[in-house]
Amino acid sequence: MTSAADFSPVPGRTAGSILTAAPDMARRNRAEARFRMYGVIAIAFSLSILAFMLITIFSDGISAFRQAKLAFPVTLEAAVLDPKGNGDREEMNKITTVGYTKVLVKSFLAAMEAKGIDTADLKDKEIGELISKEAAGDLRARVLADPSLLGQTLDLVVLATGRIDGYLKGRVTMESAKLDSNVSPEQLQFADKLSEAGILGLRWNVSFFTNPDASDQRPEAAGLGVAILGSLYMMILVALMCVPVGVAASIYLEEFAPKNRWTDLIEVNVSNLAAVPSIVFGILGLAIFINFAGLPQSSSLVGALVISLRTLPTVIIATRASIRAVPPSIRDAALGIGASKMQTVMHHVLPLAMPGILTGTILGLAVALGDTAPLLLIGMVAFVDNYPSLPVDGFLDPATALPVQVYSWATRSDPAFIERSNGAIIVLLGFLIIMNVAAVLLRRKFERRW
Amino acid sequence: MTALMLLAAILILGLIAFFLGRSRSFAQSGGDIRKLHSLPSHYGWHAALMAVLPALLVMILWLLVQPMVIQHQITPLLAPAAQADTTAFTLAMDDVRRVADGLERAVAGGVMTAPEAAAYGTDPAANMTALHDKLGEVGVALGSELAPETLTAAQAYRDLAGTGAMARMIVALIAALAGLVYALRITHPDLRARNRVERIMLGGLMLASSIAILTTVGIIWSMFSESLAFFRQYPITDFLFGLTWSPNFKGGSELGFLPLLWGTMYISVIAMIVAVPLGLFTAIYLSEYATPRVRSLVKPAIEVIAGIPTVVFGLFALTTVGPLLRDWFAEPLGLGNSGSSVMTAGLVIGILNIPFVSSLADDILNSVPQNLRDGSYALGATSSETVRQVVLPAALPGIMGAVLMAASRAIGETMVVAMGAGAAAKLSLNPFEAMTTMTVKIVSQLTGDTDFASPETLVAFALGMTLFVLTLGLNILALQIVRKYKEQYE
Repeated sequence: MTSAADFSPVPGRTAGSILTAAPDMARRNRAEARFRMYGVIAIAFSLSILAFMLITIFSDGISAFRQAKLAFPVTLEAAVLDPKGNGDREEMNKITTVGYTKVLVKSFLAAMEAKGIDTADLKDKEIGELISKEAAGDLRARVLADPSLLGQTLDLVVLATGRIDGYLKGRVTMESAKLDSNVSPEQLQFADKLSEAGILGLRWNVSFFTNPDASDQRPEAAGLGVAILGSLYMMILVALMCVPVGVAASIYLEEFAPKNRWTDLIEVNVSNLAAVPSIVFGILGLAIFINFAGLPQSSSLVGALVISLRTLPTVIIATRASIRAVPPSIRDAALGIGASKMQTVMHHVLPLAMPGILTGTILGLAVALGDTAPLLLIGMVAFVDNYPSLPVDGFLDPATALPVQVYSWATRSDPAFIERSNGAIIVLLGFLIIMNVAAVLLRRKFERRW
Repeated sequence: MTALMLLAAILILGLIAFFLGRSRSFAQSGGDIRKLHSLPSHYGWHAALMAVLPALLVMILWLLVQPMVIQHQITPLLAPAAQADTTAFTLAMDDVRRVADGLERAVAGGVMTAPEAAAYGTDPAANMTALHDKLGEVGVALGSELAPETLTAAQAYRDLAGTGAMARMIVALIAALAGLVYALRITHPDLRARNRVERIMLGGLMLASSIAILTTVGIIWSMFSESLAFFRQYPITDFLFGLTWSPNFKGGSELGFLPLLWGTMYISVIAMIVAVPLGLFTAIYLSEYATPRVRSLVKPAIEVIAGIPTVVFGLFALTTVGPLLRDWFAEPLGLGNSGSSVMTAGLVIGILNIPFVSSLADDILNSVPQNLRDGSYALGATSSETVRQVVLPAALPGIMGAVLMAASRAIGETMVVAMGAGAAAKLSLNPFEAMTTMTVKIVSQLTGDTDFASPETLVAFALGMTLFVLTLGLNILALQIVRKYKEQYE
């Protein structure tokens, strides 16, 4: 038997009406608002840091797409570049870049004179230093490729040295030039005159996308050509190696694998491999593919093998999810009309799961494109200034990759390379955005609700 | 015939086999495919597989065995000094291979004729300086002094390699043809071609799925064997309990692991202090408060952080966060003047781990049954009281698992620490001092000139092994916790 006393309010609390707020309700509501605010703050903080990071990178990196260049007519004096005057390539090969530098500087000084720019403050040598060392090499290559240019006057646009580029972009100032052995304040003042005369200016920098990397001394000539090509080669190889294996493994695990120890072992392995730090895959690549199998260091093939192993769990997880999403009725129908298990999977389940597999694969490749640490260990951080040749041989040539280029530029001392590093990130993020958008569009187009 | 051309030839044979097999089955059925056990294309596939697989197997075995046989054959030809110890032997073998390769390329490139190439080392009249020049022309640089033994061995190597390639081609093609003929002979309307083809396909699928296991085995084997080589040269107790890390490639290095472990742990702890509260509150807000619309906007935005490569965060740490912390905190507080510091790396790793913690925690909060919340609301609790007193305690094991997984990621992170934490191995409490981690040291010991016989290089494998064991342990623990927790509500 129960009595009214059993339902008395909690000891220490007064019984109140449901229609009036309890006295501590204001405090509890404040606590509620505070708690909610923490969530908003956490999200706002994370997103603002993300925005801050992207803005810094873009504002520091966007200038890499424009480069200080000097435009002036160059007379290719046959007397200097082809002393015997017979146009013989063997003879002309003996003229080094020193000869071409002379020609460039002479034409440059002539251009000053023509524009009426006072060159009295500086020695001729100091004026010559404003031209990038890369310019003479480029000119030499051009003349050797087409000796008929000799004796002609060309309107050339050549790279200015990195310090002048920095000056136009605000990285180098008069104060910093005083302490700098590579540039003097007088040279900067002279650069101002050149800008006024229209000889010097910032121009669209195609060579940032096409040039190979350049040495520490000439940041102005460094480009992403080899890195983009290397990343492209690796992505092709990763797609060729990782996707078929990943899809095959997923089909086995989802459709055929018997429930036993071995299957469990594989499953545990896949999920653990997804969590192994990427650098461990680099060690694996170094020990097995390079030291044991003797594949060439720094090659895109080794890079792709390492990245494939690293991406495999991602592809397997995505593929299994989309295979699982195909309803069993499809399988039952196929089996019901006499298809074998293998035919059911290959003719019905796989095509239906394909959009999901494709989306997952693209996202996996996007992660693979940004992977850096394992590539450092297999030697892709080495300085590579030759383009890898065309596939298939090119897969064995030394190459570098976009994220690795970001890292190796960032570790150089000249701040001009930091700008280029940021620029490389913009290019890298551009590719990532394209891949992600492609994945989203694919998903939208083919998404199917069963 | 190069390996690639041979492969192409085998594949073409396979293609021919496909059509032959298909048409033969069709012919045997007398034009009525209902009399066949399988579809004609199955007979085609059967013939193709029978032609290609044995030949491929032969090729792969040959590629593995031939170098060993050649090495065994030319070892007696090398100078006695080169046969004595392993390092000299490897170097001599490299030389032999380079000379042989250079001669092949010179002949292929038309720099010298085949009899000319064969004359070096056998005919004493051959001009040795010309050899240097000609090999230089095809891009093979030789050392100054080429031992006569090396040249003899290189010629023997060329001979053997040539014979080997020829034999490989013949054997592989015979295997392919034999397979083809066998398949065609047994093609008969009663042959269960589909079952045979599908069994082979299943084998292929099984093979693909075991690559995951092979990878793990490869990781463990490579790190274990090299670590063992390291511990043979450097006492394991000095490695595990040493307090100084000062590698010196000239010898006399101290390779104590504790400063690296300290740096790793310090940075990871700071990272977790940043990532766990931010990630957790983000997850709570998204799963308990946000409207579906806000959720559909904010969740992908947070996940953008996870999609950005870590090297980008590394550059952010190096050029922005590091100098900022130095100018606003470290220098005014008199705690140092280094841009790279534990704090820099820790903060940035924390930020990049936020989406990881938040999406894991989000999943876990969503799997807490709604009736627990409803019960709490019915008792008059506010939303925050429900979260704190009902949802979080119920989700705690799962969240612990998520935190452990995030910690294992922080420990294994490489690029941010390589660019933001510094390179000096120190045991210090000051968070604004540059310190270093296991991952950074793995990178620095294994890039540049490496000598795989010295403890300074091999230590990287021991560090890798430790890192692997540590992260794997954390992950297995985390997975166990999460799995237990999930079972609880299923």
